[in-house]
Amino acid sequence: MDLDPEGIFRDDSDEDDDNLHEREANKEMVVYLIDASPKMFTPANAAKPDEKQETHFHTIVNCITQSLKTQIIGRSRDEVAICFFNTKEKKNLQELAGVYVYNVTEREQLDRPDARLIKEFSCVEDSFMNNIGSRYGITSGSRENTLYNALWVAQALLRKGSVKTVSKRILIFTNEDDPFGGITGAAKTDMIRTTIQRAKDAQDLGLSIELLPLSRPDEDFNMSLFYADLIGLEGDEVVQYVPSAGEKLEDMTDQLRKRMMKKRKVKTLSFAITNDVCIEVNTYALIRPTAPGTITWLDSISNLPLKTERSFICNDTGALLQAPQERFQLYNDKVVKFSVRELSDVKRVSSHHLRLLGFKPLDCLKDYHNLSPSTFIYPSDEQIFGSIRVFVALHSSMLRLGRFALAFYGTPTRPRLVALVAQEEVISSSGQDEPPGMHMIYLPYSDDVRYPEEVHLTSGDAPRATDEQIKKASNLLRRIDLKHFSVRHFANPGLQKHYGILEALALGEDEMPDIKDETLPDEEGLARPGVVKAIEEFKAAVFGENYDQEEAEAAAAKGGASKKRKAIADAASQKSAAYDWADLADNGKLKDMTVMDLKTYLTAHGLPVSGKKDAIISRILTHLGK
Amino acid sequence: MARNKEGLVLLLDVGPSMHRALQEVENVCTTLVRKKLVFHRSDEVGVVLFGTKETHNDLARELGGYKHVLVKHDIKVVDEETKDALENLPRGTAPGDFLDAIVVGLDMLIKRFGDTKAKQRLCLITDAQHLLRDPPQGTKEDQVDTIADQMKKHDIKMDCIVFRESGVQHNSVMDENDRLLYHFRDRSVAKVVQVDTPTALLGALKTRNVLPVTIFRGDLEVSSTFKIKVWAYKKTSEEKFPTLKKYSDKAPPSDQFASHEVKVDYEYKSILEPDTVVPPDQRIKGYLYGPQVVPISSAEWEAVKFKPEKGVKLLGFADRSSIPRFYFMKDVNSFVPEPGNTKAIVAVSALARAMQEMNKVAILRCVWRQNQANVAFGVLTPNISSVNNVPDSFYFNILPFAEDIRDFPFRSFSSLPPSSQPTEEQQEAADNLVKMLDLAPPGREEILRPDFTPNPMLERFYSYLDLKSKQPDANPPPLDSCLRRITEPDPDVINYRAPLIQNLGKSFELKENPKRKKARTQERLAYTDPDDQAKSSENNAGKATVADGQAKKPEDPYAEKARAIEVMFPSTEKVGKIGDVNPVKDFEAMLAERSSSIWVQKAIEEMKKYTTNLVENSLQGDYYEKALECFVALRKACIIEQEPEEYNQFVTKLYERLKKVDDVVKFFQLLSSKNVLLICKEEAPDSDVTEEMAKSFFLKTEISSE
Repeated sequence: MDLDPEGIFRDDSDEDDDNLHEREANKEMVVYLIDASPKMFTPANAAKPDEKQETHFHTIVNCITQSLKTQIIGRSRDEVAICFFNTKEKKNLQELAGVYVYNVTEREQLDRPDARLIKEFSCVEDSFMNNIGSRYGITSGSRENTLYNALWVAQALLRKGSVKTVSKRILIFTNEDDPFGGITGAAKTDMIRTTIQRAKDAQDLGLSIELLPLSRPDEDFNMSLFYADLIGLEGDEVVQYVPSAGEKLEDMTDQLRKRMMKKRKVKTLSFAITNDVCIEVNTYALIRPTAPGTITWLDSISNLPLKTERSFICNDTGALLQAPQERFQLYNDKVVKFSVRELSDVKRVSSHHLRLLGFKPLDCLKDYHNLSPSTFIYPSDEQIFGSIRVFVALHSSMLRLGRFALAFYGTPTRPRLVALVAQEEVISSSGQDEPPGMHMIYLPYSDDVRYPEEVHLTSGDAPRATDEQIKKASNLLRRIDLKHFSVRHFANPGLQKHYGILEALALGEDEMPDIKDETLPDEEGLARPGVVKAIEEFKAAVFGENYDQEEAEAAAAKGGASKKRKAIADAASQKSAAYDWADLADNGKLKDMTVMDLKTYLTAHGLPVSGKKDAIISRILTHLGK
Repeated sequence: MARNKEGLVLLLDVGPSMHRALQEVENVCTTLVRKKLVFHRSDEVGVVLFGTKETHNDLARELGGYKHVLVKHDIKVVDEETKDALENLPRGTAPGDFLDAIVVGLDMLIKRFGDTKAKQRLCLITDAQHLLRDPPQGTKEDQVDTIADQMKKHDIKMDCIVFRESGVQHNSVMDENDRLLYHFRDRSVAKVVQVDTPTALLGALKTRNVLPVTIFRGDLEVSSTFKIKVWAYKKTSEEKFPTLKKYSDKAPPSDQFASHEVKVDYEYKSILEPDTVVPPDQRIKGYLYGPQVVPISSAEWEAVKFKPEKGVKLLGFADRSSIPRFYFMKDVNSFVPEPGNTKAIVAVSALARAMQEMNKVAILRCVWRQNQANVAFGVLTPNISSVNNVPDSFYFNILPFAEDIRDFPFRSFSSLPPSSQPTEEQQEAADNLVKMLDLAPPGREEILRPDFTPNPMLERFYSYLDLKSKQPDANPPPLDSCLRRITEPDPDVINYRAPLIQNLGKSFELKENPKRKKARTQERLAYTDPDDQAKSSENNAGKATVADGQAKKPEDPYAEKARAIEVMFPSTEKVGKIGDVNPVKDFEAMLAERSSSIWVQKAIEEMKKYTTNLVENSLQGDYYEKALECFVALRKACIIEQEPEEYNQFVTKLYERLKKVDDVVKFFQLLSSKNVLLICKEEAPDSDVTEEMAKSFFLKTEISSE
């Protein structure tokens, strides 16, 4: 196995740092329980006659499809099952009414998502009514309890795997806040009781049940009617469970997207604020580069995976070694040996995970004080009570005083200075945009900072822009303004293409997908007269009126270089023509010639001239076809 | 080689006012030499001290003057002697004159290198506190000009580090000296930095020289008609812990030229035929898409893969506030205008200044080179130059793509229960802490500025490397006190602020969660102090193995004790259980324990329980092999012990109970295929199952499963 062997997503500075590639702590298994009652198929928006009406069902299918796509890229070991309830048809092991477990061929019901599942599920709506059907599940007169059935099916699906190593979740999507509203009397209380008991049983088995409530335009989702009891919320927690706003559909999609992923902790750290006050914080990776999946080597004939074997060979004697335990460094031409243990000792320079050193105003954190993606920290009382309180106090002081904390992060592999920047919570109509906590930014050391701007000093004072030129530039800035810019609008074109190709090939499609590169500039916008005028004005202000013409002349003058190259090639081919190469090669006389003479042949035939004499001769022979 | 070779003269002020900092001067210069010994073996270094009592230099000998300048070490390829020259720097007695020292250093460089291509550098460390002697003719400024002209002519650069502790009062002499040093800078031959703590002094000198290389040269395309010529460089790049080579001890000790290197060889072998190596041209890459592996040859991949056009394109300008600081993904690049291109310099300057004024940033899409597999998407921020002869430029930071951002919800602090909210008093204590532990106090240089903070781990490694080259079995040295200022708060400040800090401790109550084991919490939340660890391993040298074990895995003392007791008094109960590791063996051991007849019964009961458990909890049959073994053992035992009914009833009951479950049916099929049937009369007379019944029992299974 090799992560990114072609180095596609690696540039010159890329590091094989364990910090960047977080370990997948454990596997997750999720059952999506989707309400398919007719209520879900009524338009979600307050009806506006001219707009296309979208249903909650449609939103959910989109969300799950998106989530599956993300999952197959990032965490393809996780397993999912998709299950509808309140359906006409039934399909489940237990033969329970009103529950339909959705699946595609060659796949277990609870399994890793594959290309076919994503593809077919994304258009499940088209055939839903014909194949699966929708109906109200819990009605007076019928003894059926579809919600109960659904929970049972979900629990049965999640039977495999130990809860110790796998986190198991049931996600319920519904817009019905009172599923037992249609019935009355003893039957109702009885059904509520058994359903809640079923949920409790599942939770006792270590399954977590979560609800993604959807509000309808005319009424808000009322958690306290039934679902608060079902998922076992108490007191404040109910308020926390803000149902998706029904106002804007994008908001709802946003909010669902946020809640679909389970929060994954990277590490628990102790944060020593002073010698006595040491609190507990958890770290999370909110931003990490997504790399394309791993590559396995296959036998091209059988398409079976290959086993990689590594062996260590002594360079001096050629003897086969066991994994060598010692490392060495040449120092002053001497071999200095270290044991692995000594190396790890020398790297351990701090006695704490995170040690507060002091505070600085925010403007001390410069734009170039950065090395790798930041890490988010949030306090926890799990092991040390009172941690959250200290953290909250510090957080609010830092925000109010406009300071960031400087701390030393003493990981044994890569101890670094870090800036802890307090982040205020940002809430918008689509829910929490930025969570409250601190961002840990990894700072460079003195030897990590370079001064390229000082490499080319001007001999006198460097030219600076005049106020007039700056004014023209400001005008340009106003013209090419990206309003409401957010990085969330830009997908990684390389990655999209990578997975687009894989998806197409995995499904055996002939057409290669056409991926839109969102990172290309908006040519149309740039061609608007106002923008063109602003650009031209600025260009004239800084470059002068006749810049293009001057450039063209300069380019023509530079043509000299290419002429020269051509002259050399001509000379070489003349010289090279003086030899009978085929004859020389046949008689093995090439090796008697000088490298300079040999190179004339290469230059004349446009071949690379690099390498040692042997390489050059073999290149000539190859070219001659010998 | 010549391109990278550097000739360096260290000009060190050892006058009386520098005595306090000489240890740090020594350290930083030694680190520089140590790194050269590892990475730049052919570099040449000379050492000149000034402010010394003695005078020893060529110019003094040839021309007279140039007093109190001592050439400690001539320019030579770095070796042991260079290090020695920097050890125990003498405490000088005369006020240092840095201009004299510069002239001496310059003279040495010119004499040594003349017009060769080696890069030449002077490095001056001084406090520049003392009045310089007046030149024989002209002013000091004229003298600086003359020196600067010489430096320019020979392409010699200079780094000046001015070290003055924060308490030192400025006076007119210092002002004049500073002005002279900055005059060197204005003449574009020197770089001047001012530091005021010993720790910053350690970081002020670049101990490793990296040749700046552009990652891109070309147009910054604002639109198709307007392009600015720029060069892009790395602004930050992490200096890594050196990659040490694996050591091989196979070479005979007599072999002087042994490389001791280890070659790592990879072989790809087919799973079907583990002995044959698959040649490279028969290998094909398989890309993972979920559970599927999609084989794609490189040629195919090449044809369809994403191929962006080389170029740096502007998408537009955005508000600075739309890009939070924590979005920055990687090390930082610098965009500088094409050197010597006045128009580009002005254009960059105008854009940068307009961006600065309007608080805007530019969004770029960069493809540095052709055949780059992906685009770099990032933000350009202005870097307005504060130095006259440095042009304005931009910083470029990579931004995340939509795929790279994870939205995890966290609980609002405002919705936390009151028990987690700070009281007013606690909030005040926190406010005071933030105000008092100020690392950028007014009127001082910022403390622990990243630009002047050395990497404590690397500093420690290089000094350990040096130590080990002399004493191969040395332990890692403790962290130097100056470096400790980086990993821990300054003890002076802590003492000074002691009441405040105690107050903070008092106002907040922290308790360990009693439900968690204390030992584990501490182990997880704190490392042992590095020095303590070193000491303890020294002390316990005799009991090294014990110490090792403890240092690596501090274990619950009770567990340790329990194990000891177990070894001394092996539990008789132990045989009474069937463990996961080797159930069949455990079972047989129980049967063999014929101390009483109950054992046989007990063994069979235990085995039944165990196998039931196995079958029931087996997912997709991963325990079926094990369960099968157990069944065979149980069956055999029941025949030997003449207890066929035990077995038959057990199997029948198990079957009745689990025949509805898909997976388990497969297990019964497995049993029948392996001929592990019910025990029939022929095998044990007590059984009332006939051979036919035994066979048909499993047939029934198969029918029902279809």
